[in-house]
Amino acid sequence: MDFSYSEEQQMLQDSVSKFVQRHYGFDVRKEILASPRGFSAENWQLFAKLGWLTVPFKIEDDGFGGFATDLMVIMEEFGKAMVVEPFVASAVLGGGLISELGSAQQKSAWLPQLMSGSLQLACALAEPDSRYNLASVTTTAVVQGDSFIVDGSKILVLNGPDADQLLVSVRTAGADRDIHGISVLLVDANSPGVRKHSYTNVDGHRAAEITLTRVKVPAERLLGAVDAAYAGLERMVDRATLAVCAEAVGALDSLLAKTVEYSKTRKQFGVAIGSFQALQHRMADMFIECQLARSIVMMAAMQLDSDAPDADKMRAVSAAKSRVGKANRKVGQEAVQLHGGIGITDELDVGHLFKRVTAIETLYGNTDFHTARFARQQGAICE
Amino acid sequence: MNVAFTVEELNFKNAVRAFLEAEFPADIRAKIDGRFRLDKEDYVRWQKILYRKGWAAPNWPVEYGGTGWTAIQKYIFAEEMARVGAPEPVAFGIKMVAPVIFTYGSEEQRQRFLPDILASNVWWCQGYSEPNAGSDLAALKTSAVLDGDHYIVNGTKTWNTLGQYADWIFCLVRTDSTAKKQEGITFLLIDMKTPGIKLSPIYLIDGHPEVNEVHFDNVRVPVENRIGEENQGWTYAKVLLTHERTNIAGVPRSKIRLEKLKAIAANTPDGQGGVMLSDPVFAKKIAEAEIQILALEYAELRTLAAVSVGKAPGPESSILKIVGTETAQYLDELTMELAAWHSLPFVPEQFESGFAGEVVGSDGAAATALHYFNNRKLSIFGGSNEIQRNIISKAVLGL
Repeated sequence: MDFSYSEEQQMLQDSVSKFVQRHYGFDVRKEILASPRGFSAENWQLFAKLGWLTVPFKIEDDGFGGFATDLMVIMEEFGKAMVVEPFVASAVLGGGLISELGSAQQKSAWLPQLMSGSLQLACALAEPDSRYNLASVTTTAVVQGDSFIVDGSKILVLNGPDADQLLVSVRTAGADRDIHGISVLLVDANSPGVRKHSYTNVDGHRAAEITLTRVKVPAERLLGAVDAAYAGLERMVDRATLAVCAEAVGALDSLLAKTVEYSKTRKQFGVAIGSFQALQHRMADMFIECQLARSIVMMAAMQLDSDAPDADKMRAVSAAKSRVGKANRKVGQEAVQLHGGIGITDELDVGHLFKRVTAIETLYGNTDFHTARFARQQGAICE
Repeated sequence: MNVAFTVEELNFKNAVRAFLEAEFPADIRAKIDGRFRLDKEDYVRWQKILYRKGWAAPNWPVEYGGTGWTAIQKYIFAEEMARVGAPEPVAFGIKMVAPVIFTYGSEEQRQRFLPDILASNVWWCQGYSEPNAGSDLAALKTSAVLDGDHYIVNGTKTWNTLGQYADWIFCLVRTDSTAKKQEGITFLLIDMKTPGIKLSPIYLIDGHPEVNEVHFDNVRVPVENRIGEENQGWTYAKVLLTHERTNIAGVPRSKIRLEKLKAIAANTPDGQGGVMLSDPVFAKKIAEAEIQILALEYAELRTLAAVSVGKAPGPESSILKIVGTETAQYLDELTMELAAWHSLPFVPEQFESGFAGEVVGSDGAAATALHYFNNRKLSIFGGSNEIQRNIISKAVLGL
């Protein structure tokens, strides 16, 4: 048994950690958020140059290996500083779907561009009434000659405002919520009939509501086989879920560290508030939450990198998302409460970490959704 | 034991209900239903309607314009107000400074200030907390030095709610720095237009500058604006804090919010072909919230019954503050969870009056996370819930 990082992972962690420490202070992040794109193009190029954009991809796709444990290493460091560059939306999920579903030709057409930093992707999966069910797809794609005609509405398209290409889940057969009959199309974001309403989320990440009205998509932009995208879609969303869980582990550690530090310096009644046992125990509980979150994310990452059956992997990811969600709620609220009023001000990073971990609770299915999904899945976690 | 209302109380309830149905402005109601932020004008307009009816200040003595209601009638009134979503009066004037003025102020001060508070002609705000005096309020340092017939005030107050709307501020200031810290504090009323007062807005994580820092730079305050005796301000403030804690359980509002939550859940698809109200996990959470509200309601009614036979609300009212705020916060969590993806957009501008742009999401779902973030304040202000637990430990349990 060995929970330590490999030499390569250690180097990856050092390099990401150095980046966030040197280039991602809270004030810098604020400037990045206020810029027109809402993330730094310069940082994105740096990610490409340092090879981080290859981490989500397998060796045969010319990637770094596509290991969940490597993703975990990067995301945890990103989480500590609340990195807003669309690494998960564009590379992990967007690129992941091309890698998972695409033909050899499609992969070689798109993945090199993505890994070199010259392509931005976004995934348009959720719909107004779909909640967290990936099979609840009412956006239709109807064959017309050698094209699909796409109609429907998608919400919460992360990186939607900036993406060159959109990966859109569409119904090509069956009824709403049938897992059979779902396909994924790679839609040029500038196609006639694509309408974006862009905005910023509570955590600073940019997103868009996207309406597709009689959008003509060439048949060769179907990723993989028609009607059969669901399983791959679920696998890649699970990977993105693991990524944001690992990000939460970093963010939770930041919240704990900042709270402990504040409790040592903030004086009331003539003493540091950290000297009150009532508050010490609450910080001890926050620490326990952080450790359980970290532990279960490691479990899920290792499970994803194993050759376990899909059902076991799903169960592991849902276990992680569920438990991390509880930690996010608890540690986020306690960090704010122990800071007092300053904890909900815009000027302090604590409130923003709280908002990010709260948003992560919702992303790709909330705590209740994943607890239920965990219960539904048959199979063991570990042998 | 009997919790049924009397015939008189039921008649009163019907009268209140009829009045609210007729007089609570539809546009303000629509704003609240759409989760819009209310403007100063909305609060003032509604408060003036209550004033004309004679119901602006249920907690005041009749001689100053109070209603003379029993504790039960006040409770019924609060419940009916919550039922239509009518906003409570902004606390600082009617609920907070007025009781200090009518209890400890001079007759001249009562006549000068109370009528305008009652009629909502003047908006008050609070100058209590300081950057280094929060839970330890008595550590406050803003100084007031006597210079002839004026105090010269210097210092900084913080967490000043809606001071941008205010005409007057009531402040705790230090007039004796040599005495024990509670014994050198004075209660002053200060006109916000006095030279030397500067407001710096503090933006909260919901995107709104709801609170301010208030800076006092050699601000001259006439001695006649002092309440009671010099160095006795702490005693007066403590009385005010008890008033702040009445109705803090917010049971009527939580009950109505729970009903709304159920109604929304009945129309929110669960993504599996049903609705969230039938989702067993979510239904269990709603039931737990409802049970908690019931327990809290009866805890509050017990306090009410004690008050109505002449007992003062004791330190047990800390229970109402703790459980009331935590229940309200839990309802915020459930409302946000119900909105799922729709809770994520940060578009505070679309909940401001007069917003004319394209709306993200629908039914105010994008306000749910903002309310959740903002209402973390509930367990922090008004004596943090940690301070309330200290009160229970010391004053109730004798630890």
